[in-house]
Amino acid sequence: MGILIEVRFHGRGGQGVVTAADILAVAGFKEGYWTLSFPMFGAEKRGTPVVSYLRLSDKPIVERDEIYNPNYVVVLDPTVIGPVKVEAGIKENGMIIANYPKSADELRKEHFSNLNSSIKVLTINATKMAMDILGRPITNTAMVGAFAGATKLIKLSTLKETVFEWFEKKGEELANKNVELVEKAYKEMEGKV
Amino acid sequence: MVRKVVRGFYAVAYAVKLCKPAVICAYPITPQTEIVENLAAMYANGELGNCRYITAESEFGAASILVGASATGARTFTATCSQGLILMSEVLWNAAGMRLPIVMVIANRALSAPLSIWNDHQDSMAMRDAGVIQVYVENNQEAHDMIPQAYKIAENRSVMLPFMVCMDGYKLTHAYEPVDLLEQETVDNFLPPYDPPIKLTTKDPLTFGCYAPPHCYMEFRVVMQRAMMRAKKVMEDVFKEWAELTGRNWGGLIATDYMDDAEIAVVAMGSVVGLIREVVEEMRKEGKKVGLVKIRSFRPFPTEDLRKVMKDVEKIVVFERAVSFGHEGPVAIDLKSALFGHCNAKVYSFAVGLGGRDIPKDLIRRCINNVIEGKVDEGFHFEGVKEFEEVII
Repeated sequence: MGILIEVRFHGRGGQGVVTAADILAVAGFKEGYWTLSFPMFGAEKRGTPVVSYLRLSDKPIVERDEIYNPNYVVVLDPTVIGPVKVEAGIKENGMIIANYPKSADELRKEHFSNLNSSIKVLTINATKMAMDILGRPITNTAMVGAFAGATKLIKLSTLKETVFEWFEKKGEELANKNVELVEKAYKEMEGKV
Repeated sequence: MVRKVVRGFYAVAYAVKLCKPAVICAYPITPQTEIVENLAAMYANGELGNCRYITAESEFGAASILVGASATGARTFTATCSQGLILMSEVLWNAAGMRLPIVMVIANRALSAPLSIWNDHQDSMAMRDAGVIQVYVENNQEAHDMIPQAYKIAENRSVMLPFMVCMDGYKLTHAYEPVDLLEQETVDNFLPPYDPPIKLTTKDPLTFGCYAPPHCYMEFRVVMQRAMMRAKKVMEDVFKEWAELTGRNWGGLIATDYMDDAEIAVVAMGSVVGLIREVVEEMRKEGKKVGLVKIRSFRPFPTEDLRKVMKDVEKIVVFERAVSFGHEGPVAIDLKSALFGHCNAKVYSFAVGLGGRDIPKDLIRRCINNVIEGKVDEGFHFEGVKEFEEVII
């Protein structure tokens, strides 16, 4: 039986929810996984809740259905927690990695009080980080770094390389800023696990 | 060969580039747009050689421009879907009748009304009878591989028909996944330049698609049907050549798994096939004699292949992605007609995932198990539908 890791991303249109899954599909492949990422397309408006999916496996991936029982949930925007049941179907021993301005304990108390205790909740203030470094509240690269730091599924060096390549065409400065953001989020999350 | 994680759009656009089309013409429509956007970017970067990239005012215009271009002997490409495809339909019937081997990608999407931008197969099914070859692909590697094969088949002189590569919108077009990208040299060795026997030129004026009164119209239809039937052999040959060339064997007009001793056959097309194959494998481990038949070529229809593999099957489960309203699912309709008098299997067809509704693994498993356990009647069903009350005012 091969491994299959399933990740669901939640956020709002304009935050790069789809790109987050896509960057990790590219980086995961560089780490030797077979990968598949795809969005759940909605009304494509800025601000509306958006979902995207990522699968990592040791064999070619044939499952193209939506992810109902993720191993990991990554939340790019604190305000979707509540209106969207981001924790739906998460597996035992799973992990929720959320952009949230408060501590993990506070998030658990405020929104996930009924959550199975085997599920780990981690928070990071990615909006502040993105504002500090990018000057814009686009949290996808920070959360990609947070995901890798929390799960250790992808090496920081691989992720930095992937993120640089991803943003390079939009200019080296932007690419470097995103790499900085990834590293900062990775290291902060690494310390919390 | 380079294995890279790319998006479905790019996998297709890159393969089109390697086929060196002379004219690309398109009009944007979700979820197709990024295919031609990728090609437009390649064109702007000077990567498409002498290709002309023409933007049209509508899909009707795009298809019309390609009819003209193809008639002059140009290799042509377009991509569309949904309302865009049915807006093209008048032109595509003409393209088929004029025997123009235009290759197009359909990023399969539902039809209006109500408006849906999401995936099913209703759009390409609406073009079923147009004389256009239709192949459905399972993943982005197959989509990538199908482009050079489509040109080779369509441009074969015993075929000369338009060709639709049908790939599920979003599920494939928007997915990032690893794809082995072809080399230019591989495609150059495989696909000769397009050189039709008859071309539209100013020196030697001809008429394409002219007036055909009753005394000669029927013969044109006869040769179109013959060309479609001849295409079956051409496709088999090209598919085989491709498997030898690349090591990737996608099968013939159909591809089967576990059919040798299957009592129950599951039939499907497109991106859902991978998941169904996995369910079939799991059921085999449970001792259930289930097999999978993936229909790759819907037009021409693989009648002979289906008769062969279904010979001893007791029950057939069909997963449909479209409906012929007033009858049933289009795959089951054709399947039953092909098997009539050759196989006594009962056919159970399930329309699933219309308008992009998700097709989870449990749904597939439940449909097949219900058929195995005799819990469902023969014929046509909708599955994955919410409970609702229809109000007739």
